[in-house]
Amino acid sequence: MFKRIATSRKARLSFDFEGHRLEAEDGDTVAAALLLAGERVLRSTAVSASERGPFCLMGVCFECLVEIDGIPNRQACMVKVLPGMRVRRQRGAARVGST
Amino acid sequence: MAVQHADTIVVGGGLVGAAISYGLAKIGQGVIVLDEGDVAFRASRGNFGLVWVQSKGDGMSEYARWTRRSADLWPEFAGELAGETGVSPHYYKAGGVHTCLSEEELQARTNLIERMRQVHGPERYEARVLDRRELAEMLPGLGEAVIGGSWSPHDGHASPLHLLRALHAGLLQGRGRYHADARVTAIARDGSGYRVTTAAGVFAAERVVLAAGLANRALAPMVGLSAPVSPLKGQILVTERAATVLPMPTAFVRQTEEGTFLMGDSYEDSGFDTASRPNVMAEIARRAARTFPFLRKLQVVRAWAALRVMSGDGFPIYEQSRTHPGAFVVNCHSGVTLAGAHALALAPMIARGRLDEEFAAFSAGRFDVQAHRDVA
Repeated sequence: MFKRIATSRKARLSFDFEGHRLEAEDGDTVAAALLLAGERVLRSTAVSASERGPFCLMGVCFECLVEIDGIPNRQACMVKVLPGMRVRRQRGAARVGST
Repeated sequence: MAVQHADTIVVGGGLVGAAISYGLAKIGQGVIVLDEGDVAFRASRGNFGLVWVQSKGDGMSEYARWTRRSADLWPEFAGELAGETGVSPHYYKAGGVHTCLSEEELQARTNLIERMRQVHGPERYEARVLDRRELAEMLPGLGEAVIGGSWSPHDGHASPLHLLRALHAGLLQGRGRYHADARVTAIARDGSGYRVTTAAGVFAAERVVLAAGLANRALAPMVGLSAPVSPLKGQILVTERAATVLPMPTAFVRQTEEGTFLMGDSYEDSGFDTASRPNVMAEIARRAARTFPFLRKLQVVRAWAALRVMSGDGFPIYEQSRTHPGAFVVNCHSGVTLAGAHALALAPMIARGRLDEEFAAFSAGRFDVQAHRDVA
């Protein structure tokens, strides 16, 4: 659905999404990289568990929440991909403490 | 504009004024609530939301007993309020914990709990000091830094914002009327009652209750009373929502019905300044994260400050005027904890025009300078 508009010479890097290795370019946000990889659903809501994905891509709508390196509820559109980053879908409310 | 009449005028629409007004409306009284509006300092909006008994009234046994009476009334009060209005105040009598991070804190806490046990009576008090292991069984995710603390089964928590909304809905269902932007400028005798002049018109009633928080200081002398109260700033941080993990509130961290974690407890004498300050916010966050390290994973989404309404000794003021019968002043900094007692115990006293004898202890007369003279 999405493709890169320009051929860039930025460094390639890889990160982990739900146990799969995905490619990105240096400077990509997590949301952009996941959309490019064809991922549409990044979270399920805390109240009704309905599926959501990136919408505004500018830090406002909070629909693209993911867990990054163990930290819940990160905005995928506001975080740049780093090599080896471990990203998971945010399923429902964040779980912290020993629930 | 025609003068509006009621049995009682309550000045102040925050938690204290609204709880009293709700209680009066509940027993059939006509009540007019005169509220300053959104410019008011409104401590109710900044409240942490504890219904707290274990430490209240160290040095004033009447306050300790009054606090406990309110906590005992809370389940009935919350149930009725939710039933009548459809707005739940999210009250849970889950017990409450005060956590200690050092031997000094724990020793001071142990001494306080022992003093409070004497005040309430050992049978009735039930709060006790717990060691780290006991606390860790009660509180998932408790940090290694917590070495002990105290627990009381009578403590609990509620949502101050839902409570305030429910009280307003409740008083309007009875014979209560609410007027916003009605800052009081004068109170004068009118026959056997009072005439109250405000920015929103003139109102008259047999009785007048001053529950206007910090503004009571200026209002009380209009009816022969005094309310020597000052602002004491407190700051709070709140995190994003998370799945429920804490089964009960602590004095510094509590998880709300919605899942957010409130972190608080600061005391600053900085006049009427209500700004959040980074140094205090950092200290609050540091203590909270040592107490529950999992909080480090959550983002803080808002912070605010509010002004406690404090008397010189930290205890409430309840007083009826000797020179102006039917005029009362009410000041406290525990609008949530005391809401049950204000609605179900204090309001009936105000309706009959007289406080119980034991309320003499809460008179502002206790702050009067005593004349000391050496006897030759």
